[in-house]
Amino acid sequence: MNRLAERRGELIDRGRTVTFTWRGKTVEGLAGDSVASALYADGVRVFSRSFKYHRPRGLLCCSGQCPNCLVQVDGDPAVRACMTPIEEGMRVEHINAWPSLERDALHALASATPAFGMQVGFYYKTFMRPRWAWKYYEKFLRSAAGLGKLDPQHRRDRRYEKVHRHVDVLVIGGGESGLEAAIAAAREGRDTALVEEGLALGGRLAFTGVDAAARAAELAAAAREAGVEILQPAWAGGVYEGNLVPVYQGDTMFRFRAGEIVLATGLIEQPLVFAGNDLPGVMLASGVRRLVNQFRIATGDEAVVLTVDDLGIEAACDLAEAGVTVSAVVDTREGETDERLGVCGIEHLRGFRPVEARGRGHVSSVVVARGGERRSLSTDLVVMSGGTVAQFGALVQAGGSVHYDAARRVYVPDHVPAGVRVAGEPAGTAAEVPACADGGRGKQFVCYCEDVTTKDVNLSVKEGFASLELSKRYTTVTMGPCQGKMCHRNSGLVIARELGVDPDEQRVGVTTARPPHNPTSFSLLAGRGYEPVKRTSVHHWHADRGGKMLWAGDWKRPYDYGAPDDETAAVHESLGLIDVSTLGKLIVRGPDAAAFLERVYPNRYGDMKLARVRYGIVCGDDGSILDDGTVARLSETEFYVTTTSSGAGGMEQWFTWWNAVWGMDCQIVNVTSAIAAFNLAGPNARTALAGLTDFDLENEAFPYLGAGHAEVAGVPCLLLRIGFVGELGYEIHCPAAAGEHLWEALMAAGEGFSVKPFGLEPQRVLRLEKMHVIVGQDTNAESQPLEAGMPWIVKLDKENDWIGRYSIEWYQNRGNRTSLVGFEGGNGAVPKEGAQVVVNGEPVGRVTSSRFSRRLGKAIGIAWVPADLSAEGTPITLSDPSGATIPASVTLRAFYDPDQERLRS
Amino acid sequence: MSFLLECPNCGRRPVDEYAYGGEVTVRPKSADDARALFSYLYFRKNDAGAQREWWFHSSGCREWFQAERDTRTNEVMQVAPPGGLT
Ligand code: FES
Ligand SMILES: [Zn+2]
Repeated sequence: MNRLAERRGELIDRGRTVTFTWRGKTVEGLAGDSVASALYADGVRVFSRSFKYHRPRGLLCCSGQCPNCLVQVDGDPAVRACMTPIEEGMRVEHINAWPSLERDALHALASATPAFGMQVGFYYKTFMRPRWAWKYYEKFLRSAAGLGKLDPQHRRDRRYEKVHRHVDVLVIGGGESGLEAAIAAAREGRDTALVEEGLALGGRLAFTGVDAAARAAELAAAAREAGVEILQPAWAGGVYEGNLVPVYQGDTMFRFRAGEIVLATGLIEQPLVFAGNDLPGVMLASGVRRLVNQFRIATGDEAVVLTVDDLGIEAACDLAEAGVTVSAVVDTREGETDERLGVCGIEHLRGFRPVEARGRGHVSSVVVARGGERRSLSTDLVVMSGGTVAQFGALVQAGGSVHYDAARRVYVPDHVPAGVRVAGEPAGTAAEVPACADGGRGKQFVCYCEDVTTKDVNLSVKEGFASLELSKRYTTVTMGPCQGKMCHRNSGLVIARELGVDPDEQRVGVTTARPPHNPTSFSLLAGRGYEPVKRTSVHHWHADRGGKMLWAGDWKRPYDYGAPDDETAAVHESLGLIDVSTLGKLIVRGPDAAAFLERVYPNRYGDMKLARVRYGIVCGDDGSILDDGTVARLSETEFYVTTTSSGAGGMEQWFTWWNAVWGMDCQIVNVTSAIAAFNLAGPNARTALAGLTDFDLENEAFPYLGAGHAEVAGVPCLLLRIGFVGELGYEIHCPAAAGEHLWEALMAAGEGFSVKPFGLEPQRVLRLEKMHVIVGQDTNAESQPLEAGMPWIVKLDKENDWIGRYSIEWYQNRGNRTSLVGFEGGNGAVPKEGAQVVVNGEPVGRVTSSRFSRRLGKAIGIAWVPADLSAEGTPITLSDPSGATIPASVTLRAFYDPDQERLRS
Repeated sequence: MSFLLECPNCGRRPVDEYAYGGEVTVRPKSADDARALFSYLYFRKNDAGAQREWWFHSSGCREWFQAERDTRTNEVMQVAPPGGLT
């Protein structure tokens, strides 16, 4: 086995192998391995190709901070290989390389053509000219951009959940300080949860030796015992207002609301900037130590360590212990050979700085210098430790701020908002770090995610983008998947150097790491992905009888039952039945109910007789038509109000809002889903219904616009005699639970009259024949009743104030500019809805509804026309999207039964 | 926006349970002053700072109430049933 001897703190289970595939090839790892460690142990060194230059990249941090090991796992792009435990049968693929990881076309192009150098700003500068070429550029750029591939055919195959959680304390970070803070909080009796994104608890303790691992285990045990809820591996995506923290674990997003957030996000080791610092084989010291101590992999044969502080020395000791030859520790600090290195016989090159790493596809040597003295060391593993920085992204997201303390060379918090606490602080003074290297050949990478080099950053400063925030916008430094975890400090140092100022100068500044903290899948954000649908109590009846169920707002409604023309004809000639349960239904009740309606409607309700129905529109205070429906007076103090199907919720809000403003003595209750409603319509409606009720339906007893309580087929119902579809009809409202029973009884009662259920489409034709408008189709947010052909409904002489009154008065004085009118087509052609009304070729209006009426044998419709074309019989010209010109003439009275003889019969 | 807002009836809840109802305004009492009418209809003060506004607890008690909120920080200074802000 290619692993080192067993030791405390290792994460692998040597007794259990796990098999998965890497680019189609089978790889065997050990249970507990991450994808990265298993592949590395198997000899894989190149994990990805970089974003812009498609340079080969290998493992760098092994802790989920850098972009180098992003892979595609079972179709999910941007998965961090080093943070993902292997699972049996997993399919792991590389990203951003074509045709293969080894031979990448874009990389070849980028290296062969310096003009393709893709320097900063190259995109903006190059692809502007010539303009016509953009469509070719775009094709190429689109295919080159992005990391990973999404399968457009992909279907949801897993269930993603959202869980709402409330805790007293949420600790972000399971390192030493995080665990200690969590233990203390839990021991105080506070409900505490802790989130750790790594594969082990303990932070640095988990990968820095046997004693440290023992301490980590101890802390973890103490936390569990104290009752801390530990989520691991899981990560906090960001910190939002109200101490909201989304925590992602597996396929679940936990929305944590925390009384207090403890930020124990710890330190991240930083890379050093020198030529070739991105070659595979150049790794961070902490990454190497993770591979050695947690996964027990000897990471090379001959290592060179480049360091600015003692972390490099510790890494060298770990490597030596693992049997790796460490040829030298190159230390930027002056001084004597460190004792620990002396013991292992490792050369300590003090006062040396890295200049350049060399190698083709993998590092093979590194050049270091001290003043004029240069040394070239051959190596297959360059370990770099460029010091550490505190992770302050979450603090800034929470509304806090930090600054760079130049004396101590660390970022320290300035302001920590209420409800947030920072645990653990960078101790002491950090080592001095060279901003970049002098004298090497090749690109010195500042930002790995976005392939930004020192040259790019310097150029941005020269071009005037002379701060971190501006350079970020121009070069995209710190904008990659890691959001600056690997490049924020170094880019600040490079800018400061170019400007010739200290890195703590205000003008260098800091940037904000944006959420999410790690690459996050849209599935997690979307959650379970359901599409709620409202169904009426007769839904299944419609579906079973061939109803074409289509979306109508939140509802599914039958569009027709296969033969819309026959359905229309049935209503005209004998009997039809339509399910109108989707209508909004409100009850307005109380001593002030009538007075309330007087104020929300432009027409009158105070004078309304009991057991009567009235049509009404609701206007906004700007006079626009918001909704329409009917109002039935059930008693002195109770009204039954219907609204459009999509307007129910909005009208409830509107009514209750004005009631809150006025404080009137009445209540508004939305009973939409509690009540089913059917419209039985046609010349035989009375006879058919009479068979099911003792209620006196005769015209004198129950005339047009009557309302009454009746028992129909044993069900208590409210009957409204109204006529949206233009024939004798009864709208029958009943408890939804009895809806299906009543519907079937009505169908049975209509059998002798060849009753047909009819859907939305026949209803649209029927209402159009009556020139009844549909709010939202024939009207829009600018339509007011005077122009919409309903001046009769506006009672400007009402004594009381009402909503929309002043605007409508103003419109009244101004006069109409446009008018909503009916029209008849002159040549049999039916203009499309949306066709234009034209005068001298100029559009002046539009068609809002149009159909061919079989009953009338002509094309009919409704359109907005200029006010001067709105007189009865005015010829107008319609221009159809098909290009056809259709002559038509204005009609102001209903096309069908204008005297309402049938309706009132 | 993910701040917490207190409904006078239900207590503190995440803001996504509510519908925003706009600034508390005063409705003109006639159409005589067209300028006053139109500014009531079409202009909002959009103060940067304390603002009195309407909220509807749409995923809760479905009642309206008023709140005073700092639009810069989303700090809610007070909530009250309609007309009850001090
Ligand atoms: S290295 Fe990730 S954004 Fe720069
Ligand atoms: Zn409430």
